Amino acid sequence: MTMPYYVAPEQVMKDRAEYAQKGIARGRALVGTTYDRGVLIVAENPSSTLHKISEIYDRVAFAGVGRYNEFDQLRVAGVRHADTKGYAYSREDVDARSLANVYAQYLGQVFTHEMKPLEVEILVAELDPVGGAHQLFHIAYDGTVADEQRFTVLGGEADAIAQRMTARFRQAWALREAMVACVASLSGPARVLHADDLEVAVLEHGPWRRAFRRIEGKEVAELLVDGEPAPVPATQAPEVAEPAETEATNEPTVD
Amino acid sequence: MTLPLFSLGNDPGPSFVELLRRTRAGGSQTGAGDHYEPANAREDRLAGISGGVMPPVAHGTTIVALRFETGVVIAGDRRATEGNMIAHRSIEKVFPADRHSAVAIAGAAGTAIEMVRLFQTQLEHYEKVEGTRLSLEGKANQLGQMVSANLPMAMQGLVVIPLFAGYDLRLKTGRIFTYDVTGGRFEETDFHATGSGGRDAKNTVKLGYRDRLGRDEAVELAVAALYEAADEDTATGGPDPIRGIYPVVATVDADGYSRLEDAQVAEHFRHVLERRRLRGEGGASS
Repeated sequence: MTMPYYVAPEQVMKDRAEYAQKGIARGRALVGTTYDRGVLIVAENPSSTLHKISEIYDRVAFAGVGRYNEFDQLRVAGVRHADTKGYAYSREDVDARSLANVYAQYLGQVFTHEMKPLEVEILVAELDPVGGAHQLFHIAYDGTVADEQRFTVLGGEADAIAQRMTARFRQAWALREAMVACVASLSGPARVLHADDLEVAVLEHGPWRRAFRRIEGKEVAELLVDGEPAPVPATQAPEVAEPAETEATNEPTVD
Repeated sequence: MTLPLFSLGNDPGPSFVELLRRTRAGGSQTGAGDHYEPANAREDRLAGISGGVMPPVAHGTTIVALRFETGVVIAGDRRATEGNMIAHRSIEKVFPADRHSAVAIAGAAGTAIEMVRLFQTQLEHYEKVEGTRLSLEGKANQLGQMVSANLPMAMQGLVVIPLFAGYDLRLKTGRIFTYDVTGGRFEETDFHATGSGGRDAKNTVKLGYRDRLGRDEAVELAVAALYEAADEDTATGGPDPIRGIYPVVATVDADGYSRLEDAQVAEHFRHVLERRRLRGEGGASS
């Protein structure tokens, strides 16, 4: 009888994390941010049919990066969770926080107990029905949850993209400005992303109960029309900018 | 609640009804199964009940739908009765099923409203899981299956007969579907009415109907039909200006479902009554 090799648990976790990170880094990134009328999610996705961003419920959206089949399974499970809950209780009882927790539990469980961790990172976003306190829950492959109210970046090169976003972010900015900033942050200084390379969706207040709306084709191009996204000029002191952000905008931007 | 995940062979697909069945059977551990009861489980329970006297059940009454040039009108009165008593004066019998279709119900109100809720969830669930909308025909068939699943309850006296109308985005026209108690689905060419006052309503529409009605004309015809039904049928409520209760009237066209404001409906009733008055008696007093 052969003895199984002993591998330290630290090593196991490290290997798994590395494996998951590699898988995620291969895919393209996405950015979620709040703007004056809701939540904007922009993903780099050349496919117009295999979505990274989807609707979960009236005010809740989902986005995933990494392996498509894995995050799509999570998406469907999320829709099922939300619809069952809304049917059993009431539509207003469905919220992103509880869904994010359920996702986190599952991802954490798979990460520690299964051979192969899920190579995904997901975003659960919720539109605040009354005010502007929208929520972005970022859930990593190991089940770690972070909640953001400004913006969050998922996928490969997340750190670099997040840095570029920090330099541009303004509280309660308009859709056009937010969109241009997201696209510029995703592309970085070396390349240009066009409307065809993007998948864009928003959660916004409107006449319909379901706040999720895809922005497609022409509309994307129109929103980007002013930008060939340029960096926010530090000289044009934005009068509405929060003090916290002005500090950031004064830093030289990478692009 | 944990994440509802299923093995490949047990996956409910895009069907919400199947999902409820699976979660209740313990296919996943949502725990939600303890708090609600899928319609079919309730049927099983009720089908086992025999003998005794059926307690009074609220019934809904007249609903009418007709096509106009660019869509459909669907309307229903607001009264529910228990035997010869008025149970509710302001229940609603017309609902948006999704953005481009509407469903109206006649029959046992409780069962019917529950069926509508399940139907609405089913359509939205399919749309979200599959990423595409069902065709209008597909929606109509889904509703037929729900009516059919209700047959055991219908045999106990809890009959639900829905009327389904919507705008077919592919054919670019309004369409109306009716059902019988077994779930049989029939498409009507131009108009239909069901419920206890359905016959009077249908006759009224029949006399006033012509091809290519405008939206306002169609709405007025539907309102007139409800007025006539309420005039003849005790279980159908007419307009109630004192309490400000008016029938629910909605249209579905390329822009989607839209319910008329009470004030607009009241205005249409005023026209109908005015015409009636000018004609003389206001109808035979028999």
